[in-house]
Amino acid sequence: MMELLQTIEQAGQGLLGPFWGPLWTLVKIVVIVAPIMGGVAYLTLAERKILGYMQDRVGPNRVGYWGLLQPIADGVKLLMKEIIIPTGANKFLFVAAPVLALVPALVAWAVVPFADGMILANVNAGLLYILAMTSLGVYGIIIAGWASNSKYAFLGAIRSAAQIVSYELAMGFALVCVLLAAQSMSLVDIVKGQQHGYGLLGWYFIPLFPMFVVYFIAGVAETNRAPFDLAEDESVIVAGFHTEYSGMGFALFFLAEYANMILISALTSVFFLGGWLNPFEGWPVLGAMTAWVPGLFWMLAKMSVFLFIFLWFRATFPRYRYDQLMRLGWKVFIPLTLVWVVVVAAWMQTPLWFW
Amino acid sequence: MMTIETIVFYLFAALSVFAGLRVITARNPVHAALFLVLAFFSMAGIWLLLEAEFLAITLVLVYVGAVMVLFLFVVMMLDVDLVQLREGFWRWFPIGALLAAVMVGEMIWVLGNRQTAETGAEVIKHAADYSNTKELGRLIYTDYVYPFELAAVLLLVAIVAAIALTLRQRRTAKRQDVAQQVAVKRNDRVRLVSMPASARVSTQAQPDEAAASDQQKH
Amino acid sequence: MAKISSFFKSFLLLELLKGMAVTGKHFFAHKVTVQYPDEKTPQSFRFRGLHAQRRYPNGEERCIACKLCEAVCPALAIKIEVAEREDGSRRTTQYDIDLTKCIFCGFCEESCPVDAIVETRVFEYHGEKRGDLYYTKPMLLAVGDKHEAQIAKDRAADAKYR
Repeated sequence: MMELLQTIEQAGQGLLGPFWGPLWTLVKIVVIVAPIMGGVAYLTLAERKILGYMQDRVGPNRVGYWGLLQPIADGVKLLMKEIIIPTGANKFLFVAAPVLALVPALVAWAVVPFADGMILANVNAGLLYILAMTSLGVYGIIIAGWASNSKYAFLGAIRSAAQIVSYELAMGFALVCVLLAAQSMSLVDIVKGQQHGYGLLGWYFIPLFPMFVVYFIAGVAETNRAPFDLAEDESVIVAGFHTEYSGMGFALFFLAEYANMILISALTSVFFLGGWLNPFEGWPVLGAMTAWVPGLFWMLAKMSVFLFIFLWFRATFPRYRYDQLMRLGWKVFIPLTLVWVVVVAAWMQTPLWFW
Repeated sequence: MMTIETIVFYLFAALSVFAGLRVITARNPVHAALFLVLAFFSMAGIWLLLEAEFLAITLVLVYVGAVMVLFLFVVMMLDVDLVQLREGFWRWFPIGALLAAVMVGEMIWVLGNRQTAETGAEVIKHAADYSNTKELGRLIYTDYVYPFELAAVLLLVAIVAAIALTLRQRRTAKRQDVAQQVAVKRNDRVRLVSMPASARVSTQAQPDEAAASDQQKH
Repeated sequence: MAKISSFFKSFLLLELLKGMAVTGKHFFAHKVTVQYPDEKTPQSFRFRGLHAQRRYPNGEERCIACKLCEAVCPALAIKIEVAEREDGSRRTTQYDIDLTKCIFCGFCEESCPVDAIVETRVFEYHGEKRGDLYYTKPMLLAVGDKHEAQIAKDRAADAKYR
């Protein structure tokens, strides 16, 4: 595999010279983005299926075998629909907002390692980059809410802005614990820091368990998913920030939301569950039995678990009230993470730190 | 010789100048705020060219990700009346122009001076494994630890002051305590009472009579 | 003490996990979905679907234009016009039911002294134009003629309860 890539690269270099570099990067980007888009499409089906199963229903099963063509049918439907721009809307921003929502969700994937060496850009400050990019997603939502010239959309945007800024802090502090433990901000180094030869016992979710929970819950809040989906609170403010969107504009918001879900799942796996590492590495029997499994498989398996939990949350919990949401963010998560930063920093100075 | 880096630099520089101009000329305050975001982004791009990736990403994270969001939040909520804004323009123009002139003069003085502007060295190119973050951390916590701690204390004081200024609890205000609401258990509100079954049978026979007597009363 | 224990309990997310256990259990539970076009739920003989006008076995329409159904209809969906026929009997010249207004309460059927207007078990009907669900007398009679066997059977089954 590696040799094949090398020969391709050499051939390209010879053929195109200096233009080969950008082109090759472009190919890599497509290789990353295309499966994500496919994953998003099938995540919508998985969501409907899993929600259905948890409600004793069977979910969509008419389009294709077991409903497998449903996402394609939905996509075609959304493509054909008319895009309506409301009167009094700010046309440019109204059209730009869905794009602004989707771009950060995809751009953040640049620094996510899928397996050993499978990464687009191994940036030194990868963790900061992730934080910066995930915090940009809120612009799409705010601008959509404002440019729609609709009070429901505006209410959704305001809610979302306050919510995302609040949970960003808890998320950031949880990640401070991770970078304390890993002593690096590069995602590759963070994963390698969890490799001790004890399999899953070496992963950061054990010493940083509260941060692991806080990070994932804050991630659910960041992606505006149930039970934190106050930005599109359909029982109160119609559909929130995307009330006025139809057709592809709506579809782009949908894509952004699900791409963000996948991103948060990937990041949680990387930061706390050892990314592509084998959970049984170095274990007596299981370790040898699973040694042949590629790292990409473990990464995808861990992501799938978190995606399932996302959907499980949605099937289980009722929506938060807004003041409860703010209380959870500011009065529970931020103090908890601040305390744990100190605990971890102190713990690392003792010989009891095994990670 | 125009290298790619020079081209990118001039691109970002032109973009940031354009965005900066639009911030003050845009009629719509929301547009102005968004142009400010663009200006931050192009500045971050220039910093990245200087291999200051930590600063660049922090600029995006803090200013674009948090500060500008709150800024937009406020600007969108305000109903800015442009006519009213423009009313006093010419009255205050001399003071504004004077201030601007002073600032431009200061900039020329600082940047035009050989001693302050020229470091005499080219921007140093670093190896691929050079970590700007590590260097910054080293400097902050060794050479500049006192200024850094001072700045931190200053920020803390500002936070405390902001809270002290805004946190005025009115005694008459009635508010919900979410913690109390969340802590409520089923047993606090619901009591299961076991009723003897035989008593119900005797009352069951009477509803018709009770209804009849009720009707007579009305 | 109770406060402290509840504090820690809330941090352990016990109640949330309990909730997730419930939904998790239902994930594997038996699914009760009826695969509609392939499977159908059983219908009662009192099912209230599409309306029909019935006839006597000799072919004479039952309706005597008493207008009780028109009077009782809560949605004002029925419109009746009356005239004397050549043979001197009282018959409707117009009997329309607007199914877009009808709420399928069954009052018309209950009020009818001659069992002329009935609701059948048919519920899979549709209209492609706006007027398609405005059923006139010949349409109602046609529905009755088509489903008379089933209608008669259902009335017989219900007879002992009336």
